[in-house]
Amino acid sequence: MSPIVKILLFMFSCVLTHNYIFSRFLGCCPFLGVSGKVETAFGMGIAVTFVMTLASLFTYFAYYYVLVPMKLEYLNTIAFILVIASLVQVVEMFLKKSAPSLYSALGIYLPLITTNCAVLGVTILNITEGYNLLYSVLNGTFGALGFLVAIVLMAGVRERLETAKIPAPLKGFPISLVIAGLMSMAFLGFSNMFAGVM
Amino acid sequence: MAQYLPVLYAIAALGGLGILFGLVLGVADKKFAVKLDERVSAVRSVVAGANCGACGYAGCDAYAAAVVKGEAKANACTPGGAKTAKAIAAIMGVDADALEPMVARVRCQGTCENVSPRYDYAGIPSCRAASGIAGGPNACEFGCVGLGDCVDRCPFGAISIQDGVAVINDDVCTGCGVCVSTCPRGIIQMLPKSQTIVVMCRNKAIGRIARLQCKTACVGCKRCEKQCPSDSIHVVDGVALIDETTCTRCGACILVCPMHCIVNFYDRDIAGEAAAAAEEETLPKWDN
Repeated sequence: MSPIVKILLFMFSCVLTHNYIFSRFLGCCPFLGVSGKVETAFGMGIAVTFVMTLASLFTYFAYYYVLVPMKLEYLNTIAFILVIASLVQVVEMFLKKSAPSLYSALGIYLPLITTNCAVLGVTILNITEGYNLLYSVLNGTFGALGFLVAIVLMAGVRERLETAKIPAPLKGFPISLVIAGLMSMAFLGFSNMFAGVM
Repeated sequence: MAQYLPVLYAIAALGGLGILFGLVLGVADKKFAVKLDERVSAVRSVVAGANCGACGYAGCDAYAAAVVKGEAKANACTPGGAKTAKAIAAIMGVDADALEPMVARVRCQGTCENVSPRYDYAGIPSCRAASGIAGGPNACEFGCVGLGDCVDRCPFGAISIQDGVAVINDDVCTGCGVCVSTCPRGIIQMLPKSQTIVVMCRNKAIGRIARLQCKTACVGCKRCEKQCPSDSIHVVDGVALIDETTCTRCGACILVCPMHCIVNFYDRDIAGEAAAAAEEETLPKWDN
């Protein structure tokens, strides 16, 4: 298999079969918290994509060029949190200065991503799976795109739920959880899609 | 000593990373510093700071930004009260007009004389309870029930029940708005103190029925709508409503209302003023 095809397959598997929300259950908090409207969900998804890509890149360097030479691999969680938190701060400042419109569009979601477990999850998975730099960054970008797809789908469903007739005990959060579960089951249908080639 | 080396390494590595990122952030903060309007932080420091959202913005920061942009009024911070409004006005250089004090007004004239009883209510003395039973004890199911829920809730003792209708004392009312949400009929409205011309009715029934229910009910005839020179009174849902933001307080609507349900709180001599103005126009002007 040519490396290009392999990379393409990897991208698709990140979005569909290894979706961070539906098959790894990471990032469920923003998935349920900011999926009220398609517009804000999209904003959140874009912000996550942005940060996850950069976080994959920077944590790769932090791990292989700082932690590994000093034999401190066991410190990866705390070191990555440090990297992600600082990164989000710098990105926020940078956007505020250079792209105020994007900054105001992302709004509160940007700092919220600091505590998004999907971001930390990606960086740690990159290490445990032994991905190289290219694959790490691709995993970050396309894993986040999977998150984007999931959260926008969820927001679309929830917008319709606003007007739907729902039994009283299920109104609000419970029905959202039920729907999240059903969507997760639907995504399970992709699980063996790339089994033969990956 | 050697067994402690990994600990030292760990401290050095994380501490080093921390210091490095700290430096980067410090440099970035300087380099990407955005010049903010200093009034924003000044306004932010005088508002109540409770992030309660009473102003209609996401928080105190958002409100401060909106004030400086000119989108929000200086008196929107309810918890801060008049003190905050004054402080914001001083920062923004707004004149006192923008800080129009608000008072609550009961929009009903359904006194014992004007509205007949529907039945004899002998339950617990609460408007909320009474209004739930067969449309309430009065013939009009939109007007003041007169059992004084608002009187009990008013923290300043500004409301009294006079002749079966709640009456608010303008001089005592602080504009806190507690009564607005208390009234089960929703007839109390917050209005600028200078908005003395008020449609004293919320009867949404069609004219014929409204007339049967109360002697001073708005019948939705739209005469006021046609008379208004500033297009600020409109019949909505069968009852006239004044837009206090555009009303010029001319009182033209009061004169044409056949049901006398538009009232001037300060009882200006509107008829006399109008006659004087008309006379002035018709008289030849001698001084030019």
